[in-house]
Formats: sequence, C-alpha cells, structure tokens
Amino acid sequence: MAKLKVEDLKRIKESMKGTVNLRQGDYRVKVTVHMGTCGIAAGARKLMTALLEKLEKSGATDIILTSSGCAGLCNHEPMITVEAKDSAPVKYVKLDPDKVARIFDEHVAGGHPVAEYALSIGSETTY
Amino acid sequence: MQDLSLHILDIAENGIRAGATLIEIDISEDIGKDTLQICIKDNGHGMDAEMLRRATDPFVTTRTTRRVGMGLPLLKQAAEETGGDLLITSELGKGTRVVATFRKSHIDRRPLGDMGATLTTLIMGNPDLDFRYASNLHEKEVEVDTRSIRKELNGVMTINNPAVIALIRDLFNKGED
Repeated sequence: MAKLKVEDLKRIKESMKGTVNLRQGDYRVKVTVHMGTCGIAAGARKLMTALLEKLEKSGATDIILTSSGCAGLCNHEPMITVEAKDSAPVKYVKLDPDKVARIFDEHVAGGHPVAEYALSIGSETTY
Repeated sequence: MQDLSLHILDIAENGIRAGATLIEIDISEDIGKDTLQICIKDNGHGMDAEMLRRATDPFVTTRTTRRVGMGLPLLKQAAEETGGDLLITSELGKGTRVVATFRKSHIDRRPLGDMGATLTTLIMGNPDLDFRYASNLHEKEVEVDTRSIRKELNGVMTINNPAVIALIRDLFNKGED
C-alpha cells in the first residue's frame, strides 16, 4: 500500500522554515487551467502537469496555479488564463505543454504576454 | 477521453461544481468476475429525480456557458463499450455517487492512465476541498487522504505547495495500471 509518510511531510515542513509562503491568499500572478469536459479531452491535464513542473522549478511563492470549468470556448481548448495583479487577464488558446512553458517564462515570470498564443491581442479593428 | 483517469478528473469536477467539500474516489477490481470498478462520490448538493433521470443525456447540462454536457454520457459509453455499466445515485442536499463498472479484460476497456496527474490536478485546482483516493488493484494499492495530510501540515504550508504535490505524485510514480 503506497501512502504518504509522516516523516516526509515533516521533512518538507522543516525545509519551509524561514521562507515566506504567499500561497495562502496573496499572489502576484494567478494561472487558471480550464478543466471542463472539453478542456480535459483536449489535453488540459498535461498543461497543469507542465505548469506544476515549471512552478516547482522556479521556486516562486507568489504564483497561484489553479483550475476552473469550461469557459464556453470549447473549440479553443485547451486554454489557460493568466491574471497578473494590476493588468488585464489574458486568455491563451489551443495550447500544449511547450507553449505553456513559454507562457510561464515570458508572461507569468517575465511579465510580457505572449501575443501569438493569446485569444485576442490587437485583433480589434476600427473600420 | 484517452483513458479512465481523464474521465475520473472530469466527473470529480462535476462534484466540485456541485459545491462538494469532499470528493471520494475508489478504484477496485475483481479478478474472478473480471471487473474494474470506479466509484466517485461527492457531498455536493445532489440532483432531484428528474435531473438524475436526464443526467446521461448529452443535451442536458447545469452550466450556462454551453448547452451540452458530455461528461457523464462519455463515461457511460466507455463503460458500456466493455459490457459494463454506469450507475448514478443522488440525493438532494446529500450528494451524488457515480459507479462505472468495466469488463477488465475487454479489448475496448481503456487503460486507467495517470491517476497521479488526475489527483494532483484536482488538489492544485481546489486546495480548499478534501479528496480521498484509494485504489485497490492487483498491480498497485495507493491511498491518499488530504484531510490527514492537511492535519499533518498544521498550517505551516498549504496542500497545494509544489513540494507536497510532488510527494503525492511520487506515490503513483512506481507505475499504476
């Protein structure tokens, strides 16, 4: 029977000592993976796994990774929404693990949205 | 859906949308009867008899973002393709229980897939909810209960901390299914 060991939890608790954990509520960037039936069937879970890996490697404590349901744009799945504090949320569409890794580096960590994967940036016309 | 773990993720999300605070997932097999059974139970607000009757109709959904709901119909199809079935019981105010039974050796029975990814995705996305997972399979037995992990962490760190998630993932990494 594979079960979590109390010693392992104690060990990581010890390693947390002295670091400030912002994950309790306050955050700088929130990344939401859309997990409706449509998203899941299109590969949303792979995005979550890829983002989790990036988050773990980065060691950042001011980034929240979470999930939500279907956003009603099923043909664009899998999608994520990146919300940085004090700037408009950006929805990224038709993603894969490589694309989200780039979004993590450039937008989530770097603060610069990746226009080519976004649902719409600069697509508004004024005619 | 490529494998059963993706179905489980999807059905568990239903429970979360139904306001559940605890989702219980049990996977078991009976070698003698050649069955693989998945049970997903939530303590959300449940369905009335009319909604329950229509739950596996793909053109019925509670959400407003789209007009079709494929989650339960797809799981029903996956189970029935193997000669199994899908059983849903629900009570208003108490929750819903979905039991999918598969003929384990049937050629159309999809593999269980990556349950570690499903469970960690659920916990990451819903750190305030509790999940209990138990698989009782010939190849592997895994047990995870976020209530006891939470108690052990004692507020020092949250359950969606990448280090905790990595520990949970490792329980599955020795290869399930």
